[in-house]
Amino acid sequence: MAVALTDYLVVSAILFAVGVYGLLTKRNAMRLVFSVEILVNAANINFIAFNRFLWPAALGQTAVLFSIALAAAEAAVILAIVVVAYRIHDDVDVSELDELKG
Amino acid sequence: MVDATDIAFAGLSIVAIGGAVSALEAREIIYGAVGLAASFFGVASLFFLLDSPFVAAFQITVYVGAVAVLVLFTVMLVREGRWFGDSMGPASRAAAVVTVLALIASLVSSFLASSLSTATEQPTPPSFVQIGQLLTGPYAPALEVLALVLAASVLGALTLAKVEPAAEKEGS
Repeated sequence: MAVALTDYLVVSAILFAVGVYGLLTKRNAMRLVFSVEILVNAANINFIAFNRFLWPAALGQTAVLFSIALAAAEAAVILAIVVVAYRIHDDVDVSELDELKG
Repeated sequence: MVDATDIAFAGLSIVAIGGAVSALEAREIIYGAVGLAASFFGVASLFFLLDSPFVAAFQITVYVGAVAVLVLFTVMLVREGRWFGDSMGPASRAAAVVTVLALIASLVSSFLASSLSTATEQPTPPSFVQIGQLLTGPYAPALEVLALVLAASVLGALTLAKVEPAAEKEGS
């Protein structure tokens, strides 16, 4: 039996859930970056799977190329922010970075 | 009937999901970064299974090659002793697990109830040529904007992480 579209969607849903779990429970900035990257990967699996099963052109693959490039740009900026936060605070616990709190 | 594709799919899914879980739950964050790279690699291999070798190669180059290395370097730069206490308490963790399981259950049941469960693969997989035609045709402006975004993000990251000469003197 060939692998069905729903199998890929289930894997993607589980990865998405793992990412949401990380966002809900972690306070370490690095773990939050990991969670966001896992979420982006889950979304990308959906794009490629829907493209393969439902659409004859390569539209989904092109969207994933854009998504991967944007995620890389975002990771670069977030990691720079983490390094700066660590330099200022000696810590990357996001619940202690509250200078902007009103 | 189980064939090689099914076994490969099961194994790669376990690598992708297990890598993601270990990225979040490994006690040393450096092992977490390695788990994250494994998860990226599993996802890239799933792209191969979906007949998208170009995207898979791009994923390996950018995620496993660049992002994972960037993460490893950042982890080494901000390494410290107290990685252990970085989670919420057991009560909020249990609440998060329940939320996440409910999320999975609702998503999976909606997939199975929809007409997607009977979808079959397209006869021919999308080709490189189509990606190139889309990127140079209707999506050429988006590609240009993406180049600007990448340049801006690199400049922004450099500006953020730059150490001012005066601050450095003060710190030393």
